[in-house]
Amino acid sequence: MVYLTRKAEFSASHYYHNPDFTPEENRRIFGKCNNPNGHGHNYTLEVTVKGDVDPRSGFVVDLKQLKEILNREVLDALDHRFLNKEVPEFFTRIPTTENLAIAIWQRLAPKLKTAQLHRVRVYETQDLFVDFYGEV
Amino acid sequence: MKAHLTRRYMFSASHRLHSEAMSAEENHSTYGKCNNPHGHGHNYALEVTVSGPVDEHTGMICNLVDLDNFVDREILERFDHQNLNTLSEFSGEVPTTENLCASIYEIVQEGFRHARLEKVRLEETMMNSFEYAGGAEIWR
Repeated sequence: MVYLTRKAEFSASHYYHNPDFTPEENRRIFGKCNNPNGHGHNYTLEVTVKGDVDPRSGFVVDLKQLKEILNREVLDALDHRFLNKEVPEFFTRIPTTENLAIAIWQRLAPKLKTAQLHRVRVYETQDLFVDFYGEV
Repeated sequence: MKAHLTRRYMFSASHRLHSEAMSAEENHSTYGKCNNPHGHGHNYALEVTVSGPVDEHTGMICNLVDLDNFVDREILERFDHQNLNTLSEFSGEVPTTENLCASIYEIVQEGFRHARLEKVRLEETMMNSFEYAGGAEIWR
């Protein structure tokens, strides 16, 4: 089994707000992130897939295909978007880094054919990242 | 849905690697430059990884403010700009980064209640780092 990681970057804006909370609760729990006008990050995404090395190609996965899937399913949908307003997952779910990692996993996992998705890592800043391994 | 969250912190401290159980020659051959009696310092980078289900109301594993407050109060205030050899944790133990990493793990493990601690990773320099998960195997 070999693990391969592909890195990508995207920039997006978001804010944290739960309509079930009172305005005071939203401010207390989410702090500055509750500003309804949103704020942005340069996200770094690391997608790790695993699989056996194909003896003929020497590949775990065709990197070109992986890059195309990543571009189509994730970057085109998220890059330079306001996550709360433009990405359907976040019409109802709060676009925290946790939920972003889960949404990216759910977008990628069904599209990968040869290799299996192992981990999605999303850096919101250099000092904060979330890992999702598909665990329920 | 279970996810893992890692937060990175910086602190600076000095230490001297010296064991009372060794002769002067042994200390010198074991610890080399790190045995300098006057000590020396590092800018440590600490990564704390916690895990848990993502709360459906907040979208969070735990509130980062709670994690930051805990680490500021219990770790950074304790170790930042200190000489590690003078601290009670290291009165009978050499303040190697292995031991410092394990000490930090134990403090977070015992005191932080908002999420499950997975591991602590500590960079002493850009060239070396240490990870401790309380005896659990680190496989990711």
